[in-house]
Amino acid sequence: MNRLERRLRDLRDRGGKAFAPYLMLGDPDLDASVALARDLAASGADAIEIGVPFSDPLADGPVIQAAGHRALSGGFRVEQAFAALGRLRAETEVPLLLMVYHTTVLQRPRFVEEAAAAGAAGLLVPDQPREESADLAARCRQAGMDLIPFVAPTSTDARIAAAAAEGGGFIYGISLTGVTGARAALSSRVPDLVRRVRARCDLPLLVGFGISGPEQAVAAAAQCDGVIVGSAIVAAHHEGGRERALASAASIRAALPRGT
Amino acid sequence: MASPPDDRGRFGAYGGRYVPETLMPAVAELEEAFAAAWADPAFRAELDELLRVYVGRPTPLTPARRLGERVGAEVYLKREDLCHTGAHKINNALGQVLLARRMGKRRIIAETGAGQHGVATATAAALFGLPCEVYMGTEDMRRQALNVFRMRLLGAEVRPVDAGSGTLKDATSEAIRDWVTNVEDTHYVIGSVVGPHPYPYLVRELQSVIGREARAQVLRAAGRLPDVAMACVGGGSNAIGLFAGFVDDPEVALVGVEAAGHGLASGKHAASLSAGRPGVLHGSYSYLLQDDDGQVEIAHSISAGLDYPGVGPEHAALKDAGRALYVSATDEAALAAMRLLAETEGIIPALESAHAVAALGEVLADRGPATIVVVCISGRGDKDMETVAAISAQPVPV
Repeated sequence: MNRLERRLRDLRDRGGKAFAPYLMLGDPDLDASVALARDLAASGADAIEIGVPFSDPLADGPVIQAAGHRALSGGFRVEQAFAALGRLRAETEVPLLLMVYHTTVLQRPRFVEEAAAAGAAGLLVPDQPREESADLAARCRQAGMDLIPFVAPTSTDARIAAAAAEGGGFIYGISLTGVTGARAALSSRVPDLVRRVRARCDLPLLVGFGISGPEQAVAAAAQCDGVIVGSAIVAAHHEGGRERALASAASIRAALPRGT
Repeated sequence: MASPPDDRGRFGAYGGRYVPETLMPAVAELEEAFAAAWADPAFRAELDELLRVYVGRPTPLTPARRLGERVGAEVYLKREDLCHTGAHKINNALGQVLLARRMGKRRIIAETGAGQHGVATATAAALFGLPCEVYMGTEDMRRQALNVFRMRLLGAEVRPVDAGSGTLKDATSEAIRDWVTNVEDTHYVIGSVVGPHPYPYLVRELQSVIGREARAQVLRAAGRLPDVAMACVGGGSNAIGLFAGFVDDPEVALVGVEAAGHGLASGKHAASLSAGRPGVLHGSYSYLLQDDDGQVEIAHSISAGLDYPGVGPEHAALKDAGRALYVSATDEAALAAMRLLAETEGIIPALESAHAVAALGEVLADRGPATIVVVCISGRGDKDMETVAAISAQPVPV
């Protein structure tokens, strides 16, 4: 068991709920995004998801698409991700996860090893289902990182069981059928998804997609082990800078139990 | 017959399924449903009948004598431009909408570049009374305004996509995002041999009618197989459909013609196979225009239907295996070829198809006048008249 999973299990054992904010690396520039990650870690995040900009992010809604394009327009290069991770890792123990599209990993033969060496605790690859993951999963294991499995409301029970058997770190439960982005209400499909995952494994289960504020976070976390919040924080950062993003994150963190 | 992909949806190293988990059950369902439908004589009979009485198949194989004299070969044109709606796209759209109906899907979505696939899908959806939404880049809506009007007349909603370059790549991404959101009641009619498995295989099977007909027709007309079968390649569906009829005949050279835009050296082109490297876009692994980081580059072609930075995975496999040869033609050469075909044969091809005609010279350079060539005219040029007129108002070097 790697440190990410240990940390999330320990939090669960203490009755706490995990909060994992997402940010886009390089938006609006590398230093600003690294500073945001550092401050999110310092203000009670249990893991940080760091998005690596990609030109055609199929799983993302308009807010994260725009953030990625801002980063790319600003000249972001993938090699900068490793140095940024290294800087963050030197300042925080909070597990750092890279959210990266498959083709980005593919174009850099040592991506996994470089990410691990820079201190990443895990990878999330939203366009790579388990059928295409065998090689990457093995390389991540070798490097001591978790390849986080995704499950969705449309996943069959058999797919959930397979994800649970192969996965490490935590299970990422996609709350809805759709792309990332804030929604008016928490998806009604969360209870069924959580029940089906719980029946098959006891890995920590974090739910994301469409969770934007404290009320939705509390409602979702009541059913699982924690929440991932992306677009709401990315939008706050874009519109109001680091202060607004941290305030948004703080309001969610404050609403979730930290455990004893 | 062309072979199916392996059980992971791969043609050689290419293809696969790089889509979010949310879509995986849907692509698996689609794979099963297509396999069952394709093996069902009743489904095939219904499709064949519609292709005959609605699309107007078989399309003719037209001997192009005056063009043949000009290029020094015996040239036959496979006339997909004579299909209902004006291009080969209807072969696929009709098959997929029939399949969607069989699967109980209540809503149809599609992406379109030149608008021909959007029109074909809107047409098939109208025929079966299903609601249809078509994603189209804003740049493409501008240069293919006539097709936007046609889709709306057919009752489809055209959804403008402003992201990125506002062309086919962005429209495809947006259609996939719609599908992720509405996956349970919606069928996504993808327009080319791209996307996650089973699409490249499914679309090839539906387009292989082009090659089946062409093979029988050329045998009848010329008494032997052609030396060359050629077609334009954007995503590559008319080419793969034509190739399917000849891929098992090793004596037939298969040639795909990509869009070289302003020229391969200019960097402004859409020639993924000629100038790209393998990577993942829109759910499959294939040749792709991309930078060192894998960021997808913006393609350029005068022809909206070829203006795509990726290409179908089966083409990638045919290229690597050396079974097909891929060349390219510039915007300028395509415009000249459109004029050449119009003046010699009285046929105005789509700008896409004009790329195939434009490469005749290069392909025939080392071959004698007895060479038999089948060229797929994938669509008619009406939709391009405004584009061509705007360019012709300026001096065009020929």
